[in-house]
Amino acid sequence: MKLNIPALLAALVCGHVFGLGLSLSGMLDPVRVQAFLDVTGAWSPDLAFVLGGAVAVSLIGVAIMRRSRKPVFDHAFHLPTIRRIDRRLVAGSAMFGIGWGLGGLCPGPAIAALTLGSSDVVVFVIAMAVGMLIHDQWARVRL
Amino acid sequence: MNSYIVPLAGGLLIGLSATMLLLLNGRIAGISGIFGRIVERRGAATDAAFVVGLLLGPMAYSLAAGHAPVSTVTASTATLAVAGLLVGFGSRMGSGCTSGHGVLGLARLSPRSVAAVATFLAAGVLTVTLVRNLAP
Repeated sequence: MKLNIPALLAALVCGHVFGLGLSLSGMLDPVRVQAFLDVTGAWSPDLAFVLGGAVAVSLIGVAIMRRSRKPVFDHAFHLPTIRRIDRRLVAGSAMFGIGWGLGGLCPGPAIAALTLGSSDVVVFVIAMAVGMLIHDQWARVRL
Repeated sequence: MNSYIVPLAGGLLIGLSATMLLLLNGRIAGISGIFGRIVERRGAATDAAFVVGLLLGPMAYSLAAGHAPVSTVTASTATLAVAGLLVGFGSRMGSGCTSGHGVLGLARLSPRSVAAVATFLAAGVLTVTLVRNLAP
């Protein structure tokens, strides 16, 4: 198996910067996430700035990508090709949103928060992995 | 207004990370996809490298800030288990989460991602509202 060392290092650094960003953003804190979602109650708009800042920078990245023939360390861009807004997208997103509201955690923050030493986060991440596996099995059987 | 600067800085870093992964490796920094592939035992080496970097992020923050990032879980263990199952199943079924759809998808002006983000935000808001108003 040929290892793409530059791509590996790039992924490591990107993951690290992502984790740093998450730590600053407040998204590692379920209390703050749920405060953002508590629109009718004591609403905190902090996370809007997280999303806004992230999308703003990514817009630049996407613009550069569209003008590029290929990424630096690979031969082609690997982007999603499905275009239809189907029931799976909506149903899956709804389920995701409910889980996010219930726990105040989503995949990135949950994994990053594992290092903070909370057994609660471990429970969430294990359950998340199980949920993903169940979906994988369900998708194989169904499709 | 200055309480928004730190979250904004966090968001800028997240955007920077996603931009770098896109322009360097040509990949979407979608955590549900990256972790999902690892869990489903078809993860690439770059997926594992990303997760290792991600795990080190809060540690670097702790070293720089002198304290760990705040993370207060209020839900019960049972609720967390259900929440995790829903987030895991839902993100794979919906082909993404807050990073894949919310950051990259919106930046790509993807109609699918707009639909996904609108849906999961609405679901999240509804869930928190119901729990806070109906729970004893």
